[in-house]
Amino acid sequence: MATIDLEAVAKSFGPVHVLEPVDLQIRSGEFVVLVGPSGCGKSTLLRMIAGLEEASSGDIRIAGERVNEVPPKDRNIAMVFQSYALYPHMTVAQNMSYSLKLRKTAKERIAEAVKGAAETLGLSKLTERRPRALSGGQRQRVAMGRAIVRRPQAFLFDEPLSNLDARLREQMRAEIKKLHARLGATSIYVTHDQIEAMTLADRIVALDAGKIQQIGTPLDLYQRPANRFVAGFIGSPAMNFVSGTYRAAAAGRPVHLQADHAALPVPDLDRPDGHAVTVGIRPEHVLVEPGDAPGTIGCGVELVEPTGMGTIVHLRLGDVALKAYRPGYTEWTAGQRVHVRLPREHMHIFDEASGARIEPAGSGRSPGLSEWPAATKLD
Amino acid sequence: MAAVARRRIAGTLAHRAAILLYILVALFPLFWLLKVSVTPNPLLYSEGVRLWPSQTSFEHFAFVIRNSDFPLFFRNSLIVSLSTAVIVTIIAAGAGYAMSRFSFRGKLWLVGLLLVTQMFPLVMLIAPIFRMLTPLGLTNSLTGLVIVYSAFNVPFAVFLMQSFFDAIPKDLDDAAMIDGASRFQAFRQIIVPLTLPGMAATLGFVFTAAWSELLFALMLISRADASTFPVGLLSFVSKFGVNFGQMMAAGVLALIPALLFFLLIQRFLVQGLTAGAVKG
Ligand SMILES: Nc1ncnc2c1ncn2[C@@H]1O[C@H](COP(=O)(O)OP(=O)(O)OP(=O)(O)O)[C@@H](O)[C@H]1O
Ligand SMILES: [Mg+2]
Repeated sequence: MATIDLEAVAKSFGPVHVLEPVDLQIRSGEFVVLVGPSGCGKSTLLRMIAGLEEASSGDIRIAGERVNEVPPKDRNIAMVFQSYALYPHMTVAQNMSYSLKLRKTAKERIAEAVKGAAETLGLSKLTERRPRALSGGQRQRVAMGRAIVRRPQAFLFDEPLSNLDARLREQMRAEIKKLHARLGATSIYVTHDQIEAMTLADRIVALDAGKIQQIGTPLDLYQRPANRFVAGFIGSPAMNFVSGTYRAAAAGRPVHLQADHAALPVPDLDRPDGHAVTVGIRPEHVLVEPGDAPGTIGCGVELVEPTGMGTIVHLRLGDVALKAYRPGYTEWTAGQRVHVRLPREHMHIFDEASGARIEPAGSGRSPGLSEWPAATKLD
Repeated sequence: MAAVARRRIAGTLAHRAAILLYILVALFPLFWLLKVSVTPNPLLYSEGVRLWPSQTSFEHFAFVIRNSDFPLFFRNSLIVSLSTAVIVTIIAAGAGYAMSRFSFRGKLWLVGLLLVTQMFPLVMLIAPIFRMLTPLGLTNSLTGLVIVYSAFNVPFAVFLMQSFFDAIPKDLDDAAMIDGASRFQAFRQIIVPLTLPGMAATLGFVFTAAWSELLFALMLISRADASTFPVGLLSFVSKFGVNFGQMMAAGVLALIPALLFFLLIQRFLVQGLTAGAVKG
């Protein structure tokens, strides 16, 4: 187990800057998840830590030692690839023991390690098979096995589950979590599945366009996203956004929505009158009500998606699409008109121009719903 | 339904018939070679055109093996072709891997240069090569032939090998290096075993090219003891006529090594060894 420190690590391919300087300290035994959309540089960052790609600038330290010039074979790091990258001409046992053989480990010790890993991963009956005779899930396990037989300083995972179907992914996710609890190994895990990120991570690093957007615990990112990107990326179904103008001078200091000209009550902001903002609210916080109660906004129901565990109601407010999520079933049907309430204690306000989070004025405390005046129609 | 099925059967039949026709056309000269080689001399001109002579004999074979220089030519050809094939395949494997995996300065120029070498007709190069090899004492020598053949075959073989390496995912190299292998160990222990079919194909290709090469062998070799078999074959053409029977018998014998060679490597030519490496 080891710490991994990145200091201003940047990467460019020729003139193309793929990663802006990244600073990241990973504690020994920590499970860090890198998330971000496709092409944002997650794999590149991982490959630099593994030594498969050279850092253009900055320092990479493993267990305190600078490893920029150390070849991958001497970094003692294991990696699980999205493609699994099993050696097709070797059996499962040979695949798993290749690294130990290269290290000239004693035969008995290899056999023991392979047996142990195979048992842990439920591969005991398959050790003599070639990868081509395995299912996708079994191949994935072999790839994991190849990593764990080694007792490396750290594990790197590059979207290890993205080729599996949903059920298997869920199962493997739980197994990875158990494995981490048991081995306590420093792990860096790349995914663009935000459920994997939320469930596995001690800390999440959200990346976009080669820049770190936020680093924090899953709940940090969920409850206090640092900017619009993180807010939209973390959480499923994704957060709703409506654009509007902050009316500091008007009564109740609301946000006038572009979509509907409704005046939306929001927390007090340290912003001048007329400041353009984006109001974000998670679907599970959107309240749908049948009657035209004060403080609600009229919407049309476009689509109702029952997921079994809950229901996603797609709503339309002017030209803005909103989603509401209710546990269980709802009586709403497409075509109906309903009224939604956007509770301001669950709102996230972002600067329209920069996308950065705007904290409510005064204390960070969100006041209770009852203290706020109702939304009123402007026209 | 029945009409569709019938049409499909008709299509299959036409397809098979076309293949059969092609095979017949392609193999007919070989058949003729065999036929003439077993026809006794007296029957060669007296029987007219027949598919198979009324009498067969192996006298031509016996003569070629016992009384001619052919065993020597064979040995020379074998040495030259095998050496060329091995040397070219080793160079092409290394160069092809580099072209497939590394980006380096001047790579595009190198590719262009390799392509340019393939553009000129070889005849143009005979005189300069002869001039270069003479002072080095490499004319009339099998070594000289091996060098020339290797030089001519390397560019194409590099491209061939590169395409085989390109077909193998880079993740495998990466995985091996993370597992603790050096770049060279990854190449030798993981990539080479997976590229054996490609290497066998390259080996076979170069071997046959060298085995049947006539032009340079003719120009660079004038002594019988350094002749390869295509040159030797011409010795049956004399001022007084062509001894077709013996020539064809020698030709049939010359086929044997090539056949054996392909029989040996055909196991590797069967593709599909890489299946299951990565999820496709
Ligand atoms: N060898 C290379 N040369 C030039 N650009 C590259 C190279 N490798 C990657 N890139 C670019 O770097 C960027 C980041 O790539 P990277 O593979 O790290 O993305 P990623 O976040 O892992 O995406 P994904 O989720 O699709 O795997 C991409 O825009 C990609 O085009
Ligand atoms: Mg990637």
